[in-house]
Amino acid sequence: MTEPGEPSTGDLDEGRTRSGGGYDATFRVWRGDASGGDLQTFTVPVNEGEVVLDVIHRVQQTQAGDLAVRWNCKAGKCGSCSAEVNGRPRLMCLTRMSTFAEDETVTVTPLRTFPVIRDLVTDVSYNYEKAAQIPAFTPRPRDPDGNHRMQQVDVERPQEFRKCIECWLCQDTCHVIRDHEENKAAFAGPRFLIRLAELDMHPLDVADRRDAAQDDFGLGYCNITKCCSEVCPEGIHLTDNGIIPLKERVVDRKFDPLTFLGSRIRRRRPGD
Amino acid sequence: MELERHAYDVVVVGAGGAGLRAAIAAHEAGARTAVVCKSLLGKAHTVMAEGGIAAAMGNAYPEDNWRVHFRDTMRGGKMLNSWRMAQLHAQEAPDRVRELEDWGALFDRTPDGLISQRDFGGHRYARLAHVGDRTGLELIRTLQQRSVALGVDVYMECTVTRLLTDEDGITGAFGYWRESGRFLAWEAPSVVLATGGIGKSYKVTSNSWEYTGDGHSLALQAGASLVNMEFVQFHPTGMVWPPSVRGILVTESVRGDGGVLKNSSGNRFMFDYIPDFFRKETAETEDEADRWYTDKKNNRRPPELLPRDEVARAINSEVKAGRGSPHGGVFLDIASRRPAEYVRKRLPSMYHQFKELADVDITAEAMEVGPTCHYVMGGVEVDPDTAAAGVPGLFAAGEVAGGMHGSNRLGGNSLSDLLVFGRRAGVAAAEHAQKRAGLVALAEEALADAARAALAPFERDGGENAYAVQLELQQTMHDLVGIIRTAPEMERALERIAALKERVAALSVEGHRQYNPGWHLALDLPHMLLVSECVARAALAREESRGGHTRDDFPATDPDWGRTNLACERAPDGTVHLARQPLPDMPPELAEIFEEGP
Repeated sequence: MTEPGEPSTGDLDEGRTRSGGGYDATFRVWRGDASGGDLQTFTVPVNEGEVVLDVIHRVQQTQAGDLAVRWNCKAGKCGSCSAEVNGRPRLMCLTRMSTFAEDETVTVTPLRTFPVIRDLVTDVSYNYEKAAQIPAFTPRPRDPDGNHRMQQVDVERPQEFRKCIECWLCQDTCHVIRDHEENKAAFAGPRFLIRLAELDMHPLDVADRRDAAQDDFGLGYCNITKCCSEVCPEGIHLTDNGIIPLKERVVDRKFDPLTFLGSRIRRRRPGD
Repeated sequence: MELERHAYDVVVVGAGGAGLRAAIAAHEAGARTAVVCKSLLGKAHTVMAEGGIAAAMGNAYPEDNWRVHFRDTMRGGKMLNSWRMAQLHAQEAPDRVRELEDWGALFDRTPDGLISQRDFGGHRYARLAHVGDRTGLELIRTLQQRSVALGVDVYMECTVTRLLTDEDGITGAFGYWRESGRFLAWEAPSVVLATGGIGKSYKVTSNSWEYTGDGHSLALQAGASLVNMEFVQFHPTGMVWPPSVRGILVTESVRGDGGVLKNSSGNRFMFDYIPDFFRKETAETEDEADRWYTDKKNNRRPPELLPRDEVARAINSEVKAGRGSPHGGVFLDIASRRPAEYVRKRLPSMYHQFKELADVDITAEAMEVGPTCHYVMGGVEVDPDTAAAGVPGLFAAGEVAGGMHGSNRLGGNSLSDLLVFGRRAGVAAAEHAQKRAGLVALAEEALADAARAALAPFERDGGENAYAVQLELQQTMHDLVGIIRTAPEMERALERIAALKERVAALSVEGHRQYNPGWHLALDLPHMLLVSECVARAALAREESRGGHTRDDFPATDPDWGRTNLACERAPDGTVHLARQPLPDMPPELAEIFEEGP
């Protein structure tokens, strides 16, 4: 039974039988593990409309069955297939082959900021550790009828940051940690600075994370070069809409004498 | 044998919406809880859900309530649903949505500041709580952050290959770390399966690599039964071009927000495909359909918003009749019907997806779409109230469970299903674990056997690689057990599946155990084959057409089959055995809901 759009059946070896736009590309893919590795060259058929992840999968299916790579949705929604393509942090599923010349060698390497596990797969546990340290969402009580009420205009600011698909490309490109392992303990990276900004802007949240942003998550390390915004596949304006406003709020708190006094008073316990 | 060992009260397999909701519930009930997932946390297939969570909150239409939602769900499933599951689902979904807000979710709002609700196929009122068209991401992130805040243990990039049992039921599970290839075992009196679906056995699918039917297969092998496996949902609108993105989902919200389907002559062909079953509630003219978006009281629903099975079959017929689009789909047009700003605001991720992947600006031109394998209605047969499977200590929730959606699932009912039954499974699993505390132990022999089976592909030399077998299975299911089915084709599919089983038994794997996708696939393939066999056997036996099961040789619905479920069980010799079961009777107070107006 043939379904819509099916030109023919039986073309099991998709790598070679599709017509239109086909050519052989040269790929250099980093292969190895924590103990070292090198770039290996593959000549791979490419078809019209394909992305880098299609070609990596074809290498896996036909030339290197044990090539390690993460992926899930293949539609730019899950943030799994992050890698560096010709040195640029990219999602492989959103990097179209048509952006390269047919005779251009495409080099695919693992994210440099994280330790390699194998081939294109890196150890991203740093990110999960930072996530676990963020003080949790703390809502105000519901209205008496059991609902929360918020205006659309108020939810839109934090919604921008909730578009984050946790691909870690911003973390990978951030120069504070890219070649500075020593900063990782003190700095949570752009992804978690915008998580803090999101919670700060959340209409229902009542916790104050401004001191923590500065003291525990290293907000001050960011010198707003905006590299993170440039690589974000979701187009989130991390620096302009998240990190800079958060920095301003932290400064307000630190230097506003009334805020300072208020914080002293609030910290008193009953009976003090 | 080198083996990492852990002990928990509840082990949840899968970290999508159902798994995380189950883990939160089990943890809150006091159970020591672990979640095991094949990908990194937050990457589960739930992130792909776009449109929204169906819940009769009545924010957009005060007339909406659980009875209407229940009725829509049962009618969408052509009355084959477990009535009790559909009832619980409709009753509890609003509370499950509200509590997400307590955990940080930010849904789009009504002018009054309440959760906004959007239209979807088969739902009488606008009832999908949503965040633009990325609701699944919001759901998974909210549950992920909640689980992390509670301190639930998560085993990421870890695959369960066996459920362990003794004569009293579940004792735990066995698996491997994908990163290192090392083995581990969890001793636990309760296991919740939340592994999602089976779509990766099909060539054109919206599903990710994880959807290899592990949970269906593990349950069957442990002695549980699967119901309704013949019902596979082909979502009417997947991308068709370019070939590398074929099958990727185009959300139903495009139609809910005003998009229409057209053939190559520019006709809104869905008006020609309105079945009698839905005629009374469907618009007859384009004018009436267009008025419905702003006035639902005096107009009926556009036929583009019929349940998914109806729309998918109609598209299939148009293409077959030669009225398709250049790349073999049909046109989905919102560009000519809504302003560009509206489209970008309501459907940001669709705009992005077509721009990035197909070079199409959906605010200026029509999309090309066609059916894609999306969801399996069938799954583990469970007790509706507790999500308990036939094996004591085994629970199943979400797509891996069967019964809730009958023969066809309505859009938006999946995310609500995950939440309602994820929670119920977690609560019941914690309760069961308490009763069985201190009474379970892992049998050393079973652990050694599981390890031997997992390593077998390395022991064999010169066999073919796993990818070739997977491609052939996908082609087989696509060609022979797809959207339209016939007996001779399904018989051929079963022969091919039997042959593929032999080839899987002879596979070999190159490389070593560290993060080796070829090996991982070799271990997933037996699950895919077993589940594909269940689908084909059940589909061959059901000699009628209903919902997500269309027989060219039996095109009508049959009242006798309308009272019958098919259950797959595993016989002692390893073969799949089919059993016919009568549907449970619906109590009169629910039956009368179907007597109420259209």
